Amino acid sequence: MLLIDCPHCGPRDENEYHYGGQAGIPYPLGETTDEEWAAFVFLRDNPKGWFRERWFHAHGCRTWFDVERHTVTHEVRKAR
Amino acid sequence: MTHPDFLWRNPDPKPAYDVVIVGGGGHGLATAYYLARNHGITNVAVLERGWLAGGNMARNTTIIRSNYLWDESAAIYEHSLKLWEGLSAELDYDLQFSQRGVLNLAHSLGDVREGRRRVNANRLNGVDAEWLDADEVRKFCPIINVSGSARYPVMGATLQRRGGIAKHDHVAWALARKADAYGIDLIQGCEVTGFELSGGRVTGVRTSRGPIAAGKVALAAAGHTSVLAALAGVRLPLQSHPLQALVSELLEPVLDCVVMSNAVHVYVSQAHKGELVMGAGIDAYNSYGQRGGVHVIEAQMAAALELFPLFGRVRVLRTWAGIVDVSPDASPIIGPTPVENLYVNAGWGTGGFKATPGAGWVYAHTIAGERPHPLAEPFGLDRFTTGALIDEHGAAAVAH
Ligand SMILES: Cc1cc2nc3c(=O)[nH]c(=O)nc-3n(C[C@H](O)[C@H](O)[C@H](O)COP(=O)(O)OP(=O)(O)OC[C@H]3O[C@@H](n4cnc5c(N)ncnc54)[C@H](O)[C@@H]3O)c2cc1C
Ligand SMILES: [Zn+2]
Repeated sequence: MLLIDCPHCGPRDENEYHYGGQAGIPYPLGETTDEEWAAFVFLRDNPKGWFRERWFHAHGCRTWFDVERHTVTHEVRKAR
Repeated sequence: MTHPDFLWRNPDPKPAYDVVIVGGGGHGLATAYYLARNHGITNVAVLERGWLAGGNMARNTTIIRSNYLWDESAAIYEHSLKLWEGLSAELDYDLQFSQRGVLNLAHSLGDVREGRRRVNANRLNGVDAEWLDADEVRKFCPIINVSGSARYPVMGATLQRRGGIAKHDHVAWALARKADAYGIDLIQGCEVTGFELSGGRVTGVRTSRGPIAAGKVALAAAGHTSVLAALAGVRLPLQSHPLQALVSELLEPVLDCVVMSNAVHVYVSQAHKGELVMGAGIDAYNSYGQRGGVHVIEAQMAAALELFPLFGRVRVLRTWAGIVDVSPDASPIIGPTPVENLYVNAGWGTGGFKATPGAGWVYAHTIAGERPHPLAEPFGLDRFTTGALIDEHGAAAVAH
């Protein structure tokens, strides 16, 4: 079980959270091509290494926030 | 008894091949085998960074079935199931393929409706399927708790009698032996670290054992497909997650069918040797770590004990995880990529073992020919742009 630092509540067990996947995916503004829309909906990075991702403290303060997590070691650090 | 001969050679890589397959799991090996068997293409190498079939092929819970909802899925999984039915004989190896029946339990009215709909859809597609009510479930599998007061009441189940399990290691060894006999080089300890690209086309791979030229390169790397594709500048709609499973200590025969419950994320069968084999749902986060959280196993066990009170005293022997490549619609991606001569077979996620022969068959055809195999065509990358998704979250859902 991961120990994840909620910016509001401090370190809490992973199962208090809901995973939100890759962080920083903005809603596309204006006209999009089919390819751009498909990329927005379906394409996410899937790196082996550090990954900036979102977590939702569902069973706590109900805040969404970002962390960086290493997808091999599972080490978690503050998002930069 | 003498020790059996080695089942395949351990060749050094040649400088060039017509086809290089990246990944020596079940899909890579089956693809190699069918390239030779169906298309006469034998100047082929399978490059495996570890040892053959040490990835998900060695880690899965071996459930085989074809009762998927949509026409496209039913067609490809049923093609695979039909191949399984003749595979032990064809490969001359006992794959311990056992068609003992697969139950998918329904615990709510929604599950019941979905299950009945799937039975009807399956039948229209020539896939054997039956609907059992709770009492019929009890008769078919007496150790399931179907009492009305159960935490997850069993309101019925779909049954595919032709579904079952097989011995994964035997499948890999049998395919490897035949591919090797065709002269295909199975090269272990050979990691692909990059691609030779020129003018939008792949011409070879870079590996930990030096460069290898290739007419065509076919990815069969399951959980690591995104990492490889990125080296060729291709982004794929895949996310890699841990998927955990476990075995119990060995028991006398207690369970003679496969039981799956999507709603409570558990599926269980008893292997030939006697251990209960149980799978969980994926861990939520992306990972390449080949391990997951204990709480996922705990939740799965809690559900399993509700369904099978008899298992209360059984001890867990071992848990593990594999890295599965999950696609947005829980269906695989098979076909060409934006890079010419680079092919992908991925996204089988939690359920690709059952597809091993079928995927190998259609992938080999796709690589060998000018066009994707008709059964593979709907599973092309372009579906995410056209919107023609094949949404199998219902049938594939958690796992299996
Ligand atoms: C716990 C668990 C339970 C499952 N249960 C079921 C089930 O009951 N039924 C079912 O149908 N499916 C199940 N699956 C899914 C199934 O195991 C996979 O879909 C299937 O095995 C994937 O194909 P594969 O065998 O080729 O993958 P793998 O065996 O993972 O093969 C991919 C290979 O690629 C290699 N590779 C990766 N990167 C490189 C590189 N750079 N260079 C060279 N080689 C590389 C890897 O080392 C690996 O050996 C389960 C999976 C898991 C993890
Ligand atoms: Zn919080």
